[in-house]
Amino acid sequence: MALTPFFVDGKSVQIDSDPQMPLLYALRDDLKMNNPKFGCGLAQCGACTVHLDGQAVRSCVLPVSAVKGKKVTTLAGLGTPEKPHPIQVAFLEEQVPQCGHCINGWAMTSAAFLKKNPKATDAEIKTALEGLKCRCGTHVSILRAIKRAQTLMA
Amino acid sequence: MTNQFKNEVNAPSAVTTDSMASASGATRRDFLSAAGALVVSVASGSLPMQALAQSAGATASAANAGASMGTTLATISALKPALKADELDSWVAIQADGSVVAYYGKVDLGQSLDVAIAQIVAEELDVSYGKVKIVMGNTATSLNQGGASSALGIQGGAKPLRNAAAEARRILLNLASEKLNVPVAQLSINDGEVSVKTNPAQKITYAELIGGKFFNSKVEWNKQIGNPLDVKGLAKPKSPAEYKVVGQSLPRNDVAWKVFGTGGNIADVKVPGMLHARVIRTPVAGGLAEKVDESSIKHIKGAKVVREKNFLAVVAPREWDAVQAARALKVTWSASPKPFPEFDKLHEHIKQAPTKKRSEDIKNGDVNAALNSGLKVVEAEYLWPFQSHASMGPASAVADVKADKITIWTGSQKPHYARDGVAALLNVPVDTVEAIWVQGPGSYGRNDAGDAVLDAAMISKMVGQPVRVQGMRHDGTAWDPKAPASVHRARAAIDANGKVVAYDFTTRAFSRATIDSNESDPRDSLVGMELGLPPKGGITFGTPEESYAFDNKMLAWEVIPDLIASASPMRTSHMRDPVGLQIQFASEQFIDELAYATGEDPIAFRIKYAKAPRDIAALKAAAEKSGWQPRGNAKRDFSGNVLTGRGIAYAQRAGTIVAVVAEIEVNRKTGRIWGRKFTVAHDCGLIVNPQGLRYTIEGGLVQALSRTLYEEVQFTPDQVKSVDWNSYPILDIKDTPEVIDIVLINRPEAPPTGAGEATCRVLPAAVANAFFDATGVRMRQAPLNPARVKAILAKA
Repeated sequence: MALTPFFVDGKSVQIDSDPQMPLLYALRDDLKMNNPKFGCGLAQCGACTVHLDGQAVRSCVLPVSAVKGKKVTTLAGLGTPEKPHPIQVAFLEEQVPQCGHCINGWAMTSAAFLKKNPKATDAEIKTALEGLKCRCGTHVSILRAIKRAQTLMA
Repeated sequence: MTNQFKNEVNAPSAVTTDSMASASGATRRDFLSAAGALVVSVASGSLPMQALAQSAGATASAANAGASMGTTLATISALKPALKADELDSWVAIQADGSVVAYYGKVDLGQSLDVAIAQIVAEELDVSYGKVKIVMGNTATSLNQGGASSALGIQGGAKPLRNAAAEARRILLNLASEKLNVPVAQLSINDGEVSVKTNPAQKITYAELIGGKFFNSKVEWNKQIGNPLDVKGLAKPKSPAEYKVVGQSLPRNDVAWKVFGTGGNIADVKVPGMLHARVIRTPVAGGLAEKVDESSIKHIKGAKVVREKNFLAVVAPREWDAVQAARALKVTWSASPKPFPEFDKLHEHIKQAPTKKRSEDIKNGDVNAALNSGLKVVEAEYLWPFQSHASMGPASAVADVKADKITIWTGSQKPHYARDGVAALLNVPVDTVEAIWVQGPGSYGRNDAGDAVLDAAMISKMVGQPVRVQGMRHDGTAWDPKAPASVHRARAAIDANGKVVAYDFTTRAFSRATIDSNESDPRDSLVGMELGLPPKGGITFGTPEESYAFDNKMLAWEVIPDLIASASPMRTSHMRDPVGLQIQFASEQFIDELAYATGEDPIAFRIKYAKAPRDIAALKAAAEKSGWQPRGNAKRDFSGNVLTGRGIAYAQRAGTIVAVVAEIEVNRKTGRIWGRKFTVAHDCGLIVNPQGLRYTIEGGLVQALSRTLYEEVQFTPDQVKSVDWNSYPILDIKDTPEVIDIVLINRPEAPPTGAGEATCRVLPAAVANAFFDATGVRMRQAPLNPARVKAILAKA
């Protein structure tokens, strides 16, 4: 067991756990957050995606010890209904999620990507999102929303 | 956007412990407090009853009216009658603020069914859409309408709500008439306010009439439960010509909380004092836990083994500890009886296995005589693999088994049946179990959610504490009920004039549901079978749904025995459009083969033989929208690395008709197929919410594209090998179609039918037919994955 202090969505937190425990369990079980989600535990789907100091990472395979002193941002910290991130505005307007379990992966990955590549082409966007999973088949809506977010961010 | 945020008031509240606890009881408490202490007479029937029953909108004669159908101001109730189908209050309630709650006995899984139901209720009650809230999926507040099932959400599920809302409106008019002392015929309603036509200042609202109280009125119940449950009152629902709210594209209620991470799904339900559990199932098919070394997890804080017969689980206060314990626990499993065939011998096995049952669902004329009469015979065989729901997250569930009351939280799309299954498993009366449905990580049939909730109930009972069960990825993929593998054999005879005179289509397959499509019987659950309950089994399949008229026609199916009778990871059950993809992949490819064999254009051929006018209309709409041009006799060029082609397929599904034109690219080098453009002509009768319908069609199409191109459960004789996303690949974002053009054919005169599944069954053959158009090669085995495409093109 070890204490790991870090920041989640701007708040200072401290977790007492097995240092090898993935960050996802700290967020979901210890901090009682509703997102990110467990999808595979194998970094194969993206449902657990958060930002670590601005980078999109898969929290299901990242040991909590690796985030010591760092800034973790979840979907709930990306933006709020009052101050939404353009990705959230776009996903809402395009009515993207069906079951919604995958949404952390798409929203967090594309938010981090668009920040660095606001003018990315369709092909570049697809490459950036490769490997993320959606089981409801909302892929068309996802791409529509990301295009819309690009417009909002321009 | 403001509107969409506003809609979030209808979304489920965040599913933390407190709000979940109140979610189950809030409605009742609210009603009770709103009603206050004053108890109005609950006596039913009084003098004006018959006169009121005959008032405007009444269709039945007064003689048919139940005694309490003539609700008056004196008979409305401050107490909510018990939840029974024949009580109007079980379906709709007017709240103290004039808003409306409607209780839906099915659930919405992210395709805006709740929006459509609210539209229908608002329409019949003459209130604005924003005033209607749908409560669904909780066994304490909603009746068993079968849960999400067979795309019947509107087709069947809206019927009792529509009738109940119309009946409530009729009664409200009567109450207003009584209160205002003006005949009903002289009243009009505008957004829940009843006024006198000639004197609009004379008015009264629904809230003033009955807000927070109850109709205390009966409706006529057809004595069915589940999908066919229906009720009707004396009121006649509106005609489609009067619709104002139905037909509008209103946005969903469950998008904002998903996008902002402010709400939760079933995975987020937490109950005080709960333990985290992981169920441990045999790594080899048919294996039994012979020895469990409990000391192997003693180093993990609070971890415990839970075991009864072949049901094995670990629990721990912290989730990560439960995960670690499940990994660390040393179990000696018995050797597998190797019940599965070799992977590449699966379809050979299906062909050779004994027939358990044969059913000839359509038998017109004498097919065999026509096939044996010396005419040209075309025949082909098509193969479909086992497929997994592989839901986005493995199932989870929470159960709190107490001595006198059991509460379960489930993502099962049939919560009432989950309640029944838990009651039967734990041998307690059904009314001591409350099931609270919470949206799951995707649910397109009977996935792993039904097993998870029974697992949770069993473990909670054994440990005497609330328990949360969640699967790991391999539980979701390897252990969910599968969509059955199948072999389809088609034969046709063509006469000298090129007319198809015989058509024989026979499926051989594993049953479409070796376990039932719901978990109401523990014999259909893994835990039940692991505890030694004999499997119930199921023997059925299906046939193509179309309107082709051939002089001699046979549509049949044959089901073979299961690979393992009990607790099989390859047990089958319903997965989105059960057996529809398999069957139509074959039948609509074979129709294409016949078109080519007779030298006819595939769309013209279908239109020539299809007899239902709506089928023909859908085919024509898809042809027109896609700009379909017959190829004629021009020779196709199949050289080059990237080949393009287009294909058509069509089918019916329980009243809905869909035609799809697929335009694809085939990369000869990589074997990759890209479904570039799809044109869908969709006729599901009256359209309630066009935008919701479009999203539903799009999602279904892309999911079916994934199943067509990639999905196939891998196995060896002793093991399921598809355990994650690498061993069970699905469609990637790079495979996203560039265009999905949808033509919605609205038929206000026809009752609404389902939209969640019909497109799925048409898609595979449309792609396969496009593959033939592109390459000149028939791909009769799914999935059309890169390896298979490369292999078949290399042989061609």
